[in-house]
Amino acid sequence: MTSPAATAGRVRRTSPRKRAQRIRWIQYGILVAVLIAIIAVADFPQIQKVFFRTDMIRDTLTQGLGTALLNTIIYSVGAFVLGLVLGTVLALMRLSSVGPYRWLAGIYIEFFRGLPTIVVLMAFGLLPLAFPGLQIPFGIYGTVWTALGIVAAAYMSETIRAGIQAVPKGQVEAARSLGMPTGPTTRKIVLPQAFRIIMPPLTNELILVVKDSSLAYIIGLSATSFDLTKYGRDLANTNANLTPLVIAGLCYLLITLPLTFLVRRMERKTAKAR
Amino acid sequence: MTANPAQQHTDSSRSGSTVVEITGLRKSFGPVEVLTNITTSIRQGDVVCVIGPSGSGKSTLLRCVNLLEQPSGGSILIEGIEVTDPDCDIDEVRSRMGMVFQQFNLFAHLTVLSNCTIAQQVVLKRGKAEAEKVALVNLAKVGLADRSGAFPAQLSGGQQQRVAIARALSMDPELMLFDEPTSALDPELVGDVLAVMRRLASEGMTMMVVTHEMAFAREVADRVIFMDGGVIVEEGHPDDVIGNPQHNRTRTFLKRVLDPTHVDSEGDSGESDARRRIKDAEVAAHAQPAVHDDTEGHGS
Ligand SMILES: Nc1ncnc2c1ncn2[C@@H]1O[C@H](COP(=O)(O)OP(=O)(O)O)[C@@H](O)[C@H]1O
Ligand SMILES: [Mg+2]
Repeated sequence: MTSPAATAGRVRRTSPRKRAQRIRWIQYGILVAVLIAIIAVADFPQIQKVFFRTDMIRDTLTQGLGTALLNTIIYSVGAFVLGLVLGTVLALMRLSSVGPYRWLAGIYIEFFRGLPTIVVLMAFGLLPLAFPGLQIPFGIYGTVWTALGIVAAAYMSETIRAGIQAVPKGQVEAARSLGMPTGPTTRKIVLPQAFRIIMPPLTNELILVVKDSSLAYIIGLSATSFDLTKYGRDLANTNANLTPLVIAGLCYLLITLPLTFLVRRMERKTAKAR
Repeated sequence: MTANPAQQHTDSSRSGSTVVEITGLRKSFGPVEVLTNITTSIRQGDVVCVIGPSGSGKSTLLRCVNLLEQPSGGSILIEGIEVTDPDCDIDEVRSRMGMVFQQFNLFAHLTVLSNCTIAQQVVLKRGKAEAEKVALVNLAKVGLADRSGAFPAQLSGGQQQRVAIARALSMDPELMLFDEPTSALDPELVGDVLAVMRRLASEGMTMMVVTHEMAFAREVADRVIFMDGGVIVEEGHPDDVIGNPQHNRTRTFLKRVLDPTHVDSEGDSGESDARRRIKDAEVAAHAQPAVHDDTEGHGS
């Protein structure tokens, strides 16, 4: 198994493995040096006062953080569910044999993927002004759900379409050969398997929606409908202190980190199944 | 080359009404004509085995019968109903035909039991309890009643294929179509599936079976159809078609199938690359290790 050519090149230089080891030590050295520099320069009492002021922590926790956290969850989940339903419809349209359905879905997807989410939110916030008769159901919540859901649907539909296409053709053929019509075949055979396949990317979409819900402030929220970001920002502004924002940020992580771990676990599981 | 009418005197063992009547069937994929003027019929209780080299159109013929492929021309009557007619309720016709695929195609997200009940509930509108009763009877028939709670991925290939048969049988079909049901199985698992099929045949099920299992065809079939290049070259009793083939192409094919180490001298006769590669691999496997040629990889 040894090739004679390899021995000929063995002039006394550092072996690749030794060199890799040396480079690794240099990297550790740089890291330690930077850490020491930061600790030497940093003004810890000041940092603590700006980011973690104890009385501000207490105020932030007691003045409605729970409501804000709940609102963020309500905004995100509603938008995600709407996006999921609309995204599934769009994905099926993209795969339709009827040309105009494909084109319409394509135009929709390109349009809403190209726009900043905040612009869509602004537009929906202004819609009742532009059309005096228009009433979006569920008020502020309905407006946020619709705007964020419409954008999320554009992204999710591509994921869902990929999932549908990843279901082996034989599954459809088996269902059809048993006499199942196209509708039940899609609903009972294709979609359940497609969603199983795209669970990890869909959970990522949910995380993105959670973060996008921080844009809800743009439509002008009342105090009871504040989301985490708006709540934290208002408190931070009035007190000229970052502590409320830090706490709001930690709340986002409270939502998104478990989801991230969930995605990891699902991905490991699907990797094992293959 | 079409069916030889002289051969048809032999298929008289079990006669009944005509279940499938194929007349002048054509199928093209784009400019390529895959089936040319296929005419044959299957009567109640007949077991018809379709043999022939890979790429000869066997699967396409079977898939045309239940309209998984849309025929380009000709007519297919299933119990007198013209399935190529746009007005025909194809779902209803399909529900009376069971199809078993080479790759099993069990519904991966459903248990064995649900695999067997879902179409009963959706298509035949049977209640859950009744559907499960029927499913369990058929699972028992294929020897897998005890695995009804398992998922397909937890079963061996042979078990999966038997579940696929039970799934099709649960629709109480009048005709069963098998497309190389044992070709994707490890050799030691083939027997169980063939045993189930043999039993089904003995119970009088009308069956159309694409297979490379010549022993099975010879033993079980009432009639064998040999296809090559999209036409029926030879058709008749298995003892004639397999035991005493009249056509050169049939003889060549049978020589290859029955003796994989056989190297034919005629050169190319429409055999597909895949088939030739399999044959080459088999030849290599039988050869002495010293003969192995290192210019070509022996991938496992
Ligand atoms: N969906 C398809 N599109 C294009 N060509 C196809 C398709 N299905 C089958 N064919 C071609 O039709 C021929 C017959 O295929 P098939 O019926 O699968 O043969 P067999 O089952 O006898 O091996 C082959 O040449 C194959 O390449
Ligand atoms: Mg085939």
